[in-house]
Amino acid sequence: MDYTFHWRPVIKALPDLFSAALITLEAAVLSMIVGIIIGLILAMMRLYGNRPMYFFATVWVELARNTPALLQLFFFGFGLGAFGWHLSPFMIVLCGLAFNNAGYLAENFRGGFQAIPKPQYNAARCLGMSASQTYTRIIIPQVFKLVYYPMTNQMVWAVLMSSLGMLVGFRELSGATQFLASNTFRLFEFFLVAAVFYYVLVKLILLVAHLISRKLFTY
Amino acid sequence: MSETASTIQFFTGFSLNDLPFLAEAAGNTLLISVISISIGSVFGCLFGWALYASKYARIFLGSILDVFRSVPLIIQLLLFFNFFPILGFPLEPFAAGCIVLIVYTSALVAQVARGGIEAVPEPMRRASRSLGMSYFQDMRYVVWPIGARAMLPAWTGVALGVLKDSALVSVLGYLELLRASQILITRTQEPFIILAIVGAFYFALSYPIGKLTAKLEQRWQYD
Repeated sequence: MDYTFHWRPVIKALPDLFSAALITLEAAVLSMIVGIIIGLILAMMRLYGNRPMYFFATVWVELARNTPALLQLFFFGFGLGAFGWHLSPFMIVLCGLAFNNAGYLAENFRGGFQAIPKPQYNAARCLGMSASQTYTRIIIPQVFKLVYYPMTNQMVWAVLMSSLGMLVGFRELSGATQFLASNTFRLFEFFLVAAVFYYVLVKLILLVAHLISRKLFTY
Repeated sequence: MSETASTIQFFTGFSLNDLPFLAEAAGNTLLISVISISIGSVFGCLFGWALYASKYARIFLGSILDVFRSVPLIIQLLLFFNFFPILGFPLEPFAAGCIVLIVYTSALVAQVARGGIEAVPEPMRRASRSLGMSYFQDMRYVVWPIGARAMLPAWTGVALGVLKDSALVSVLGYLELLRASQILITRTQEPFIILAIVGAFYFALSYPIGKLTAKLEQRWQYD
């Protein structure tokens, strides 16, 4: 083995990597927020919508779940270019991840909604709550508790999937790592440090999720 | 503007002649996925068993496997691919991709397999041991049939996930479906149709398997 490890360029680049990790986190969190909103709407459409709505939501969910995430990113990146829509790398990653998250979360939400007994809805309406009150105060909090764990998982997936951004030119943790690594030719060292960053990031997310769940679900 | 004979065409459109190229790439995708899913599942089941059986395995093996689930696959691929030249013998993209996907699959399947073994009720196992079965007979004739059914849906999810994630091996230069699509896009400048064809291929593979598993799962619930 005649390879000398050079860690100095990596140490010098640590602040850059750190800010890149923040961009990764930002993209993941934003895509999760958008994904949760769209996922809720899709789940509602599949459960209560009329035929065209059901069809639309089903197509979205099945497409998101049955094609590679990288293909979805390419689709937003290059495919939309065929129609003259040119998104920035950040928007490509955000749209791709949100599309994917929404598809997976919609299935989780649908399962959650189906797990809530129907009489609860009737009881809430009997007590004089309006439909929207019933949903925001009775149904959705319970669904939220049921889908909390899958949602944490999805958040971790979103962080991991955001690494695909490096293939569409987005300068998040992997993209920045690749950029810095090709500047200095220290590929192995840089990617090893990036792996450590991802590991810590994922563990931090799981820890925070655990703390939040202890705070929220103590009743 | 009339087209003269001296006009140079930089791009040629997507044509039927490109389909064999795509088909070959699709075959490569299938090859690498089938190899890594089958070998990875065997290792995953063994790891899952170890995780279930031993406390030390849970601490050491568990935390090692955890790393493979917490680091993006693309980073794993690049790290591994760049690690072997350091040792002095560079690997083919196919071999590197296979090894990383096998380890990745086994890390995911290990959790599933452990859950499958835990799904077998404890009294059932005590009963089988009381009837004079050895530990391995108990594993083979009682735990495996029941646990395999319990873990099938989750395992299919993992397998389909690996099939889709095999697209990432393209970054190492292995000519699989997504890389083939990139090459074609560069030549034809028609990204939409090519990405749609490639997406349809993945969909046609993944969707029926997912649906079939859901059906099987439903049927087994009443057995």
